[in-house]
Amino acid sequence: MKRQDTKPGHGRWWFLAAVAALYALCAVLAPEPAARALAHAGQALRHMLPVLALVFVLLFVFDLLLSPQRVAQQLGRPGGARGSLIALAAGILSAGPIYAWYPLLAELRAKGMRASTAAVFLYARAIKLPLLPLLFHYFGAGYSVVLSLYLAVFALLSGFVTERLARTAEPAG
Amino acid sequence: MTTGSPHRIRTSLIKTARTFGQALPVIAGMLLLTSLALTLFSPQQFARLFGRNDMLDALLAAALGSIAAGPPLASYLLGGELLGGGVSLLAVTALVVSWVTVGLVQLPAEALFLGRRFAVTRNLVAFAFTLAVAWLTVQTLHGLGISVT
Repeated sequence: MKRQDTKPGHGRWWFLAAVAALYALCAVLAPEPAARALAHAGQALRHMLPVLALVFVLLFVFDLLLSPQRVAQQLGRPGGARGSLIALAAGILSAGPIYAWYPLLAELRAKGMRASTAAVFLYARAIKLPLLPLLFHYFGAGYSVVLSLYLAVFALLSGFVTERLARTAEPAG
Repeated sequence: MTTGSPHRIRTSLIKTARTFGQALPVIAGMLLLTSLALTLFSPQQFARLFGRNDMLDALLAAALGSIAAGPPLASYLLGGELLGGGVSLLAVTALVVSWVTVGLVQLPAEALFLGRRFAVTRNLVAFAFTLAVAWLTVQTLHGLGISVT
């Protein structure tokens, strides 16, 4: 029981501190490349600011419209093609860190949710609607659409394959 | 409490700000780190690390993505910068996809809640699918005549 009890914020700040320390080291050893790298990062951030603003708005809208209770209600329904499609939609729309969803999925598995539904949900989380503007920004609309469609198809496939391969897996109680 | 109530809006706004605030050090860190890497190492050096064989590149990138534990946003940043640095789209796609579908760091927690066999199988399947998704995405874009630069 490690991950779900961990506060995610500290590791992130330590990461930034480590990068800052790396820059400090580079500034001493090679000041000119360090300054160029800093300027490059600043420029990249300026380009990203409008996209980040849009990401914030989308995150807010999704949080406002979707509660974990509503998602759980849909996921707990029977499996089959309809169950997989509901899991796909729920996975795409779910927000927050992955480990926050494990207890809910375990509870639903204990109540009879199929392994394929859990697998589809977890894979579908790869499609991040609020982050699509950022994907567009870096890779373009065509790439983002094609990749997202394949991710959706393979999310459904992963449910089918995982359930067959892990047939004897027992739901955690 | 309805979706549109002022209390609900305020709660959502605070929660979103908190989520976003938690992502900011990662965004800043990834921007700084990739900028430093791209300044210190030339595109040719990146291409040398990856540019031997398409499938080997994709495997290496998928392995890197599988052990990475940052938010997906960080993979877009890193992937975008690597693509700009000359790394192939196949490898970059494998990195981005495995980053969000395979979770070696989360594996113990996933196994604890959903069963070891399920967690291991799901992650292995996701790793194999990473290569398929990356290959199909690149081939489809080529077929449609869409270039990603």
